[in-house]
Amino acid sequence: MSLQTNSKIVKWIDYRLPIFTMMQHSALDYPTPKNLNYWWNFGSLAGIVLVIQIITGIVLAMHYTPHVSMAFDSIQHIMRDVNYGWLIRYIHMNGASMFFAIVYIHIFRGFYFGSYKYPRELLWWIGIIILLVMMATAFMGYVLPWGQMSFWGATVITNLFSAIPEVGNAIVTWLRGGFAVDNPTLNRFYSLHYLLPFIIVALVMAHLMALHQHGSNNPLGIDRKGPQDSIPFHPYYTVKDMFGLMVFLLIFAVLIFYFPNMLGDPANFIQANPLQTPEDIVPEWYFLPFYAILRSVPNILFIPAKLAGVICMFGSIFLLFLLPWLDTSPVRSARFRPIYRQFFWIFVIACIGLEYVGSQKPEGLPLVIGRICTAYYFLHFLVIVPLVGWFETPRPLPQSISEPVLRGGAVPAGAVREKP
Amino acid sequence: MRKYLPLAVALLTLGVIGGAAIAADDASTPPPVYTAKEPNRYSWSFQGPFGTFDRAALQRGYQVYKEVCSNCHSLNYIAFRNLADPGGPGFTEAQAAAIAATFQVTDGPNDQGQMFQRPGKISDYFPPPFANPQAAAAALGGKVPPDMSDLAKARSHEWGFPQFVFDAFTTYQEDGPDYIHAIINGYTTPPPGFPLPPGGQYNKYFPGGAIGMPQPLKDGQVKYTDGTPETLDQYGKDVAAFLMWAAEPKLDERHRLGFQVMIFLIVFTGLLYFTKKKVWHDVHHESAASS
Repeated sequence: MSLQTNSKIVKWIDYRLPIFTMMQHSALDYPTPKNLNYWWNFGSLAGIVLVIQIITGIVLAMHYTPHVSMAFDSIQHIMRDVNYGWLIRYIHMNGASMFFAIVYIHIFRGFYFGSYKYPRELLWWIGIIILLVMMATAFMGYVLPWGQMSFWGATVITNLFSAIPEVGNAIVTWLRGGFAVDNPTLNRFYSLHYLLPFIIVALVMAHLMALHQHGSNNPLGIDRKGPQDSIPFHPYYTVKDMFGLMVFLLIFAVLIFYFPNMLGDPANFIQANPLQTPEDIVPEWYFLPFYAILRSVPNILFIPAKLAGVICMFGSIFLLFLLPWLDTSPVRSARFRPIYRQFFWIFVIACIGLEYVGSQKPEGLPLVIGRICTAYYFLHFLVIVPLVGWFETPRPLPQSISEPVLRGGAVPAGAVREKP
Repeated sequence: MRKYLPLAVALLTLGVIGGAAIAADDASTPPPVYTAKEPNRYSWSFQGPFGTFDRAALQRGYQVYKEVCSNCHSLNYIAFRNLADPGGPGFTEAQAAAIAATFQVTDGPNDQGQMFQRPGKISDYFPPPFANPQAAAAALGGKVPPDMSDLAKARSHEWGFPQFVFDAFTTYQEDGPDYIHAIINGYTTPPPGFPLPPGGQYNKYFPGGAIGMPQPLKDGQVKYTDGTPETLDQYGKDVAAFLMWAAEPKLDERHRLGFQVMIFLIVFTGLLYFTKKKVWHDVHHESAASS
């Protein structure tokens, strides 16, 4: 559809710089499967939270001082003296948690409905890269308040790289800008924490380009057969996303106004002290499953436990790059995959188990649970997913999105890979 | 039978890995640790979504801080002007200025290049009891007393599972003040055989049991002017409330603004729900007809 407007100014601009046509094409007319459920709200929601984080972050940066002797004081200044500084900071702190919660739901929606499969492999890849950059951003942001957990978290995480044989210690010194976490570390983390969100914005644009190439996947996991299966993004999904956004903001507001410190660590209200190690060094909740993997792994053959843990922790995410090829099933949606669907939920339980173990000391029962869940995590992707795809008999797929009821024994739409 | 095959496979796998994990468990059993008593939970005026600080309690708590705690503990991030801030202890600006004048603060350098002492002004911050942490440690047996500005948020108690799930739904988050109250009331004779280190005091609520701080308060030590009972329990509650305000001075404002935001969001979410229903009516109608 071409641009519909009566405005002379809009037409004048669009003739020279077709931004309005572009917007109309990719945000208003953009054909979308008509059967998306509420799990499909989380993509746009993540985008909005990213914008919230960038805006509140820019405001916070106007009042923050990245220096080891002033960082903690400047946070106190924001919380006590800056007009609505407490509100901005509570939004930013809890916004990070919400961003991860939303992105994790978004990823698990992909697991369940097979959104990573042909032809969306690159879309999936860009998503994983966004997750990795998000993690780096969140980790460095947590260091900025220069509390006890900021300092010791930074010490532990940068120290992970010392597990690399031969060059490890040199890399750690290079990352920290010195032999210990100190002012150079804080300065570079601040610089990168300001930079990376804009890299995420660029990646999100690439993510959207890849998405709009073939359009959204849908709960049935079958390809659209024609225009009758699609509806324009506006007004249908704009209003649905707006409603979802409001429900999210309700939950977010409860957190900001009534539990602003629930997800934080009390130790971070104590200024960083390099001479006093806290009793327990625990990352924020969104890193706990990975922290659990790191600490669960024992010595593997000739690889020492620390290196093996680091490899497994990073491997647990890098493994996701291979998922489109590890999953051998031609059917996308778990709705039509009776066996995979059960394994999906067992996998969810294993991830919740890792979340719990990450918050506990690595000894006794939590350590055992951690090892079981870690092993299961890798088993799921490396053994179960390939084998289930091979042996499972999927249920018959509907013929089209508009006709969810299957009639006759036609070839299921989208079940067969038709490569160009 | 086939239906439950995946479950059986999963359980079997888990069993095998579990066995291997236990076999590989090289961690020795941790040494027995002293478990501190759990703090009691009190009903605070500032708890819950509509909670506000009790002005009288904050003023009494300030009195306890001033007369007792401030001998060793700094309050670095609080200025005298904060005592007159809305949502705080409710002193008038004149009262706050009068309080400030009772303190001597270091200022300077003056025209001769000398630091000098002068009475505090309302814009000054509470002066610390010791010039630096080293001086505090030297005077107090090697331990630096923590700054009290954020203490109520920097202290907590891990209630563990499943309690924390209930707490999330009952909006309980006063473990800081509860802990402070508990510590003030926790000095008793140690259980027989408890290895008290030299210079340590036994406190049943303190992690590890041995606290460096001598018992700070006793019944009747601080004279209240408003007829409130002068008991240790009351001192603990008042000073914990004061420290909660010091750590979270915008709590009243946050709760008030939060309520307004919630009202707006609930109404707007409701309106959007019906808008969404209206917009989607045709799509649902059409797909219902076609199937």
